[in-house]
Amino acid sequence: MSHQAAPVKAKFWTPGVVVLAVLMAAGGGAIIARFIGGIGYVSNLTTARPWGLWIGVDVASGVALAAGGFTTAFLAHIIGRHYYEAVVRPALLTAMLGYTFVVLGLLVDIGRSWAIWKPMLYWNPTSVLFEVAMCVMFYLNVLYLEFLPIVVERFKGRVNLPGPLAALNAPVDGLLRLADAVLPKIMWVFIILGVVLSCMHQSSLGSLMLIAPTKLHPLWYTPILPLLFLTSAIAVGYPMVVFETTLATTSLKLDSEMKVLTPLTRITIFLLGLYLALKVGDMVVRGTYVYLLDGTAQTNAFLVELIFGVIVPWLMLLSPAVRRSRRGLFIACTLIVVGVLVNRLNVFVVGYRPPISEANYFPSIGEILVTVGLIATLMFIYRFIITHLPVLARPEQEVRP
Amino acid sequence: MGINRRDFFKILTAAGTAAAGSARPARAWQSRAPSDPVGCLVDLTRCIGCRKCEEACNRVNGLPAPDRRFEDLTVLDRNRRPDERTYTVVNRYTSEMIDERDQLIPTFVKLQCMHCQDPACASACIVGALSKKENGAVHYDVSKCIGCRYCMVACPFEIPAYEYHDPITPRVMKCTFCYERVQTENKLPGCAEICPVEAITFGRRSDILAEAKRRIKNNPGRYIDHVYGEKEVGGTSWMYLSGVPFEKLGFNSLPETPMPRLAETIQHSLFSYLWSPIVLFGMLGGVMWASKDKGDRADNHKDGGDR
Ligand code: SF4
Ligand code: SF4
Ligand code: SF4
Repeated sequence: MSHQAAPVKAKFWTPGVVVLAVLMAAGGGAIIARFIGGIGYVSNLTTARPWGLWIGVDVASGVALAAGGFTTAFLAHIIGRHYYEAVVRPALLTAMLGYTFVVLGLLVDIGRSWAIWKPMLYWNPTSVLFEVAMCVMFYLNVLYLEFLPIVVERFKGRVNLPGPLAALNAPVDGLLRLADAVLPKIMWVFIILGVVLSCMHQSSLGSLMLIAPTKLHPLWYTPILPLLFLTSAIAVGYPMVVFETTLATTSLKLDSEMKVLTPLTRITIFLLGLYLALKVGDMVVRGTYVYLLDGTAQTNAFLVELIFGVIVPWLMLLSPAVRRSRRGLFIACTLIVVGVLVNRLNVFVVGYRPPISEANYFPSIGEILVTVGLIATLMFIYRFIITHLPVLARPEQEVRP
Repeated sequence: MGINRRDFFKILTAAGTAAAGSARPARAWQSRAPSDPVGCLVDLTRCIGCRKCEEACNRVNGLPAPDRRFEDLTVLDRNRRPDERTYTVVNRYTSEMIDERDQLIPTFVKLQCMHCQDPACASACIVGALSKKENGAVHYDVSKCIGCRYCMVACPFEIPAYEYHDPITPRVMKCTFCYERVQTENKLPGCAEICPVEAITFGRRSDILAEAKRRIKNNPGRYIDHVYGEKEVGGTSWMYLSGVPFEKLGFNSLPETPMPRLAETIQHSLFSYLWSPIVLFGMLGGVMWASKDKGDRADNHKDGGDR
């Protein structure tokens, strides 16, 4: 795994980071309110609407948008396209942070946060959610393990703890050296395991709604929902890498990685095309296109999702000029990322319509603050890590020592 | 070209063959419903909307006192749903039917958990905190619950309610079918026991279903020919008889397929004995091993091909 990554040398407290800190504080306040007054105190959730913004964005979208981790691992490590290694580390970091925040989001959303470990003890094999939870838990550990070599690379032989902790320098360094010796030999198991676990829970996330046929709008309720979730997660993997790499390189004024990103998104044409074919095919087979022009909020949301989240970016990517242009590629990839986000929101929130209570739901300020705060924290930690650990590719002109 | 289409299809074909070769025929989905549970028949043509069942339910389950007294019938002016402080509610519906004194005839509908034969809530619950008991009750075990509320997402009758204002130990609240009273104390459910007009009949599900059919047959003018809950979502332990079409009384039309069937079938055919993850792991391992020696060759650092 020899690719040139290095900690980014940049000022940490930029105005953008200050904004992040403010959003984090606001989210933190909302979370404190949730643990004092209960979920009902900060959210608009009801009996008819048990899942809202938190499940739709923090959990379902978080899992989908972390798909860059396993798709790049597949490309670079499993089929051996080492050319793409420059984007493996940032994708891995995004996945690791993404899943960590899925768990944090869940801690806010579930009523008994302190009981979150209980599925490990009480198994219900008929529950799709149980399968998802198990996979996510294992995958999170796999991600931490996959990330460990990056920490080892940075600190091996340079452990220098402050003050009285200095006594620990030798033991910690010993541990790092041990990890350095063992990890490369066993890493292949975790890389494959990561891909397998991802395929399992990405698809099962779609199976979650199969138990509510009378509640989910027919435009989304289909027996192939798990397949659609899996293919869309795979398809969004590389666009997500483009999206975050472009954001990071722009805000830190680094080289853009176009020579990696452009060929990377060529694969996306095929993957997104497959998803589009499945989605349209499913609509034709089940005859649900009859709903398309209903003009309700739900069908409009579906049209937005399909046209702007899939068809437009797919057509854009078909053009080599767009793929070679930094701006064009960024726009296309952003559309795909937002499209998958909208899809998850549609399945879990917009398309979910309890027929008896017909409850309208719009997330409360509290819910929005929690979600925004979590995303801000994620970006904050991302920035912190890339300025301290070798994640992003070293600028071209520098020669590796 | 780095990853070209041929490579992709090779992998896909390999995946397909491996999957096809190892896929066992998915076992047909099996209902896990108990064969002869108890149940209740609610005869809506008898109910007089006195709210005594609500009161009894509140008492036997030790629920918090209501905002307005149970004798206060103005509560009926607004339709309610069972919530975290109320396991059962009675609603009033008026139809076109007029009695001999030209008064609109109201129909009262008691709502509570239907205790489905194949409950979606129990199939969905991540920890099995909800379970179908041998006697038919769908029982909630708070000591397992993590508060994910997937049971509420799953329930087709929108029954389970949640203590949203409890920050630390909220519970899922729904009719218990008076499990303790019925099972260990050999009593009737609180609501069935108190009903002054015998609108609620408790008994073996098979017996009360037969009784329902008998009532329809003996009095075809009084009843519409449908026992709600006989077939809905594969059958429920609570069933209803009515003189007014159920759709006009807030009941939703539901398929006869048990709700958990599709999700469980898909999950089980994909993951029984973890065959698909194991196959996938093996395949990926093979691919990784095959591309390994290539990795040392320079061409692998070539870029991704034409742009
Ligand atoms: S009515 Fe709802 S809560 Fe009651 S058993 Fe059926 S699925 Fe479960
Ligand atoms: S809220 Fe509790 S009872 Fe309902 S599905 Fe989650 S763990 Fe099970
Ligand atoms: S069976 Fe028991 S818990 Fe259910 S509505 Fe009747 S009294 Fe209440």
